[in-house]
Amino acid sequence: MAGTLVVAELSEGKVKKATLSAITFAKQTGAPFAILAVGAGAAGAAKELTGFGAQKVITVDDASLAAYTVERFAPSVAKVAKDGGWDTVAVTATAFGKDLAPRLAVKLGAGYAPDISTVKIDGGKRAYRRSQYSGNALGWVEITTPVHVVSVRQTEFPAAEASGGASPVESAAKALDDAAAARVEFLKLETSKSERPDLGEARVVVSGGRALKEQFGQLLNPLADALGAAIGASRAACDAGYAPPEIQVGQTGRTVAPQLYFAIGISGAIQHIAGMKGAKTIVAINKDPDAPIFQISDYGLVADLFTAVPELLAELKAHS
Amino acid sequence: MKILVAVKRVADPENLNKIKLSAQGKIDTTGLEPKASPYDDYALEAALRLTENGTNTKARLGEVVVVTFGPKEAESMLRAMLGTGADRAIRVDATDDVLDGDLVARGLKALVDKEKPDLVLLGYQQVESESAQVGAQLAEYLGWPQVTFAGSIKSEDDRALVVGREVEGATAQLRATLPAVVTVLDKIVKPKSVQSKHTSATHAYPEGVRFAALMAIMAAKKKPLAEVKLAELAPDATLKVHYGAAELPPKRAAGVKVKDVKELVSKLKTEAKVI
Repeated sequence: MAGTLVVAELSEGKVKKATLSAITFAKQTGAPFAILAVGAGAAGAAKELTGFGAQKVITVDDASLAAYTVERFAPSVAKVAKDGGWDTVAVTATAFGKDLAPRLAVKLGAGYAPDISTVKIDGGKRAYRRSQYSGNALGWVEITTPVHVVSVRQTEFPAAEASGGASPVESAAKALDDAAAARVEFLKLETSKSERPDLGEARVVVSGGRALKEQFGQLLNPLADALGAAIGASRAACDAGYAPPEIQVGQTGRTVAPQLYFAIGISGAIQHIAGMKGAKTIVAINKDPDAPIFQISDYGLVADLFTAVPELLAELKAHS
Repeated sequence: MKILVAVKRVADPENLNKIKLSAQGKIDTTGLEPKASPYDDYALEAALRLTENGTNTKARLGEVVVVTFGPKEAESMLRAMLGTGADRAIRVDATDDVLDGDLVARGLKALVDKEKPDLVLLGYQQVESESAQVGAQLAEYLGWPQVTFAGSIKSEDDRALVVGREVEGATAQLRATLPAVVTVLDKIVKPKSVQSKHTSATHAYPEGVRFAALMAIMAAKKKPLAEVKLAELAPDATLKVHYGAAELPPKRAAGVKVKDVKELVSKLKTEAKVI
């Protein structure tokens, strides 16, 4: 039927929060929507998805889908989309969704709008707004095929809130794997467990640059703890080995849009700014008064970070 | 191993904040020097590392073919890449206004059918469109495995690669049997991110991409650079998406400078109300 199929992103049997942004997109279009959960344990995760007003929640739960590979997941998503006659398929704009969506679009003969930030409906015609030119332009794209595939940027669509009600849950059979599935073997997932909130979901992010040197963790950990913040880093800090690569904020790292962002010892390269300029309030601490980061910061402090960061920590504690 | 590297010419990536809008609402990059999209340079570097012994980077132990979809002017980028170490180049004659990601993927599919590489490497996305789609679309058209967002590649032999795929806060290690499509992040040019079967595991490359020596640039003028018509590769030139007018994002105004940490905390509390 006409409407949107939202593909949930699961991790260890739980629904990832980015899914809730894709649900918000579906609600904004005004058309009915269903939510599809694919993976081993999807039936369990479906319980988290029944309260959002979806027409139904569909699960494809199969032991062979324990680890994500597109060659095993995409055929089932495509089959559910086709069987249901959904005219839009919405995925998360994450490593999962952005890997899945293009392959899915080809299977559906669909045009694909990646990483959308806005949907506009005008006289029945839809246009999607999306970041281009490293975040320096916003392009409006129309899809000319009957079926649309979109990936939804989490930082631009607020997380949907459960509105009560109970969508019925139905299960669908797993589709045949792509032939290529036999040529991809999932070996392992290397994670760095952190007690801190996820970068993409944190209300406050404290990011450091190369200037912190070996004292990166020593200076930023207590500050992040005091603020309940996630820790990010510039590419230069990651490249120099002062911070682990998975916390890089920027074009090739994570895109974040917290309420409060601290850029500490970060000069403000274009590739870093592309990943954090959606933050509501930006604070920059840098000893170079001409650092480009000050041009986009709400509050700038020209200071030596090795004295300013401990002072900031003390001041926050004094006021808490 | 034979590797096809798909590359794209873009406006100077370091200065994209200087783009303007034309009267028709189209993006105007006048004045910005055309360059290869940086992740494509990284894909080429990865291809070169996979087809050599790291201690003797002059001898190519495999073949690297660079391909672009672009106008005649894009040939200077291909020539530079031939100077850097690629063996051959192909330019599919087309301008951006007649292309979308899906059509490029279909064109590349036809080229891959002809060239029969073991591996296709691409940057994870190009910096103008930011779409991150061609690699995965190509893999689907070919029926090949894909690994996107690769931060590391190790060739165990000529039949399989172990690829580290970067996902939020973690790395998924995958083994892909060739032929396959892999898209790479900037991390791929770190000293030990790519390891070919020819190179000792202890070898560390200099950080980043290599630059062509003058002699190599001269020699590259003799390397083959072919032109192919888009219609020969993709007879159906129908596009699946259409870009209308663009907007420039609202500029973030520079805020205030605070004199010390006390004033900063006070403003965050009482003015921004974020702590």
